[in-house]
Amino acid sequence: MLDFPRWKVWAVILTIVACFALAIPTFVPENIRKTWPSWVPQPVVSLGLDLAGGSYLLLEADTKDVAASRLDSMREQVRSVMRRDPRVEIGDISVQGGQLSFMVRDPSKVDAARERLLEVAGSGAGLTGQRVWDISVVDSTRFVLRPTQAGLEEAINTAMDDAREVVDRRINEFGTKEPTVVRQGDNRIVVQVPGLQDPQGLKKLLGTTAKLEFKLVNDISPQQLQAGNIPPDTQVLPYAEGGGQIAVFRQAIITGDMLVDARQDYDPQDGTPGVTLTLDGVGSRRFAKVTQENSGKPFAIIVDNTVISAPRINEPILGGSARINGGFTVKSANELAVALRSGKLPIALKVVEERTVSAELGQDSINKGVLAGVLGTGALIFFMLITYARFGVYTTAALLVNAVMILGIMALFGAALTLPGIAGFVLTIGAAVDANVLINERIREEQRMRNRNALASVQFGYKEASTAIFDANITNVISAVIMFTFGSGPIRGFAVVLAIGIVTSVFTGVTFTRLLVADWLKRNRPKTISI
Amino acid sequence: MRFPLKLVPDNTNIPFLRYRTIAMAISVAMIVAAILLCVLRGFNLGIDFIGGQSVRVQFDQAVPIDQLRDKMATLGFEDVTIQEYGSPTEIGIRTPLPEGGDTAAEAAATKIRTAIEGSYPGAHVGGVESVSGKVSNELFRTGMIALVLAMLGITVYIWFRFEWQFAVGALFALFHDVALTLGFFALTQLEFDLNIVAAVLTIIGYSLNDTIVVYDRIRENMRKYRKMSIEALLDLSVNETLSRTVVTSLSIGIVLTILLLVGPDVIFGFTAAMLLGIVIGTFSSVYVSAAILLWLRLKPDSFVTKVASGPEGERVTSREKP
Repeated sequence: MLDFPRWKVWAVILTIVACFALAIPTFVPENIRKTWPSWVPQPVVSLGLDLAGGSYLLLEADTKDVAASRLDSMREQVRSVMRRDPRVEIGDISVQGGQLSFMVRDPSKVDAARERLLEVAGSGAGLTGQRVWDISVVDSTRFVLRPTQAGLEEAINTAMDDAREVVDRRINEFGTKEPTVVRQGDNRIVVQVPGLQDPQGLKKLLGTTAKLEFKLVNDISPQQLQAGNIPPDTQVLPYAEGGGQIAVFRQAIITGDMLVDARQDYDPQDGTPGVTLTLDGVGSRRFAKVTQENSGKPFAIIVDNTVISAPRINEPILGGSARINGGFTVKSANELAVALRSGKLPIALKVVEERTVSAELGQDSINKGVLAGVLGTGALIFFMLITYARFGVYTTAALLVNAVMILGIMALFGAALTLPGIAGFVLTIGAAVDANVLINERIREEQRMRNRNALASVQFGYKEASTAIFDANITNVISAVIMFTFGSGPIRGFAVVLAIGIVTSVFTGVTFTRLLVADWLKRNRPKTISI
Repeated sequence: MRFPLKLVPDNTNIPFLRYRTIAMAISVAMIVAAILLCVLRGFNLGIDFIGGQSVRVQFDQAVPIDQLRDKMATLGFEDVTIQEYGSPTEIGIRTPLPEGGDTAAEAAATKIRTAIEGSYPGAHVGGVESVSGKVSNELFRTGMIALVLAMLGITVYIWFRFEWQFAVGALFALFHDVALTLGFFALTQLEFDLNIVAAVLTIIGYSLNDTIVVYDRIRENMRKYRKMSIEALLDLSVNETLSRTVVTSLSIGIVLTILLLVGPDVIFGFTAAMLLGIVIGTFSSVYVSAAILLWLRLKPDSFVTKVASGPEGERVTSREKP
């Protein structure tokens, strides 16, 4: 008991010093921390969104979309591969009920068709080596293609990764500080933006897929349009503002993938806000060619199948840049620009959970939490001191060291402090108190009931209390692990602090206090202990 | 006042187990009442579990809740829950999940927001939360799974470390505490959200702490006093740990009370649940968990094989009966 090996003493001291060092930056105001040299590590316990204010969004992808778009793109691929020389005539191609089917007109070409099909649909490709498409032949000339579960999962996975990237880019374009965008589970993305108070714009931005197309307008009469008498190469699209419809050719001149940049700016003539687009080489050439050939005709600028504007081509546009006008405000023009330049979302996302907390509300919670923490700790210390005298001092020391250690370790792991986290903190302090109460009560008991001397009482006190402390803490570890694994959101924040706290409270409550007690016993050699 | 302070006198010898039948009857009656309350009255489930949205508004001055309710009704929101957060100027307005999916939910939130900011100048929205039905179902499921698994995990651990009787006793004590806490929420209609699940898990942890400390002492005494009757041994163990139980419960109680009174109101329900849990947890570990061992016919020789020889033997005689 008294003979702590020297290395152990140093290990305890160094551990505590290290945790203190880790905790210090958290208490230093940010503007002072900025003046520190950059090689000084500055781990900080950041505040969760519920304390600091900000927005949390949970986005969910509709995975059915992925299946549908895979089938659509496969249909195009099948068409083009069969068109190759020598051509395989196919017909009756359709996508229905989650499968693609078509028939080969000449039965003798079924084998040739199958070979070409294997080129695009593969036989056993995919990262996992599992089949991506099931290919079967029915009625000797009809092919049926069905995406396999493995293939779909892989496609969804890729789409989700891409979607995460796009969301990340869009939010960064939005100009917020330190957003986090992470995937969660199979089809979800968590977005956390500290400081963002009004997530409406952000939600709108995320909901936008922003598919950009330029198409020539087919000048058919309004009567024709009304009657629905539309040529097969033409489609009818709605106008964004003010209603109305317009007929355009299906073939797009420019598509979103030819876009290099999009910026919000002002019209040099009337000063109205709009978006200026910069096109890549292919896009510029095509745009130049089309505008040369179709001077005087209108073309439509289409975002997500909605016509934003349909300006008339006054002169050939050769510079590779174009401008979208059409009743924008600065804000909406900016949102469109952001949506255009950050690429198309490969999969539609919708907000399934939103939590926004204003900074004042968060600050209010912090103030009250800190006040309660200080008062609570004060009352607890007072209670410990009057109950256990000298040993109450050790308990108090252990509690304070424990609190700082928890913060230090949280800073090290980059864990954020949330409201439930504060509750976990309180619980941990409770557990730490309990460990010391168990020990102190045991020392009392050993001394009083079994008439042991001071040294033996302390020795037995620590020894006998240790199994109860061990069992009690293990059960807490069990619930912390379960909470972290199966819980979500606030429960997790709570579990993290609890798990850290269990370790530090055992360390400070048992090891650290024993060091203090041993030191005192060695120096003073008391006969009895007032406890 | 003596110093150091002793809340529990030395060598208490309270015959706790003499009242075990009454205590158990009270426990069972309370459990039944709690379950009935939960079933008949139900919970004031927060949007975490039922979906919907909640807008938290900070007003300039107190606004009559009835007036707000009328206002919401004119907007077309019938099933709104309006409640104060701590002070009459902080109001939470909760609307159920509107039909028509997320766009409808979005529109509803905007409508409430504009209506309030329009008719009460100086009011501002401090927080918006919305949870879709799918997510809320998941949150509910994961919350319940966490609760049940935590209870099972703990029980299995006790079974390994002690004897099966102890595991059953602990499980019953846990069930007792969880049922009563849930009953409390059904009774008070305090909002039941994810934070409360964390609180219930915490109560499980605390109550178990208590139970384990008593069990640990029972195990120790069973090794020491092999000839003592189980009832006397259980009484002795509870008495020996009584001082610790009181001091610890009081320490945590003090901190929780302060947190309840001056802490952030967002965790009011959480703190209230924990405070209640401390009280019923202490009761269950003193009365219920020890008494159950008796009914389960715990034999005095349960831990005999593990008894160490040596110093333990002499301690049998060194104890002085008061």
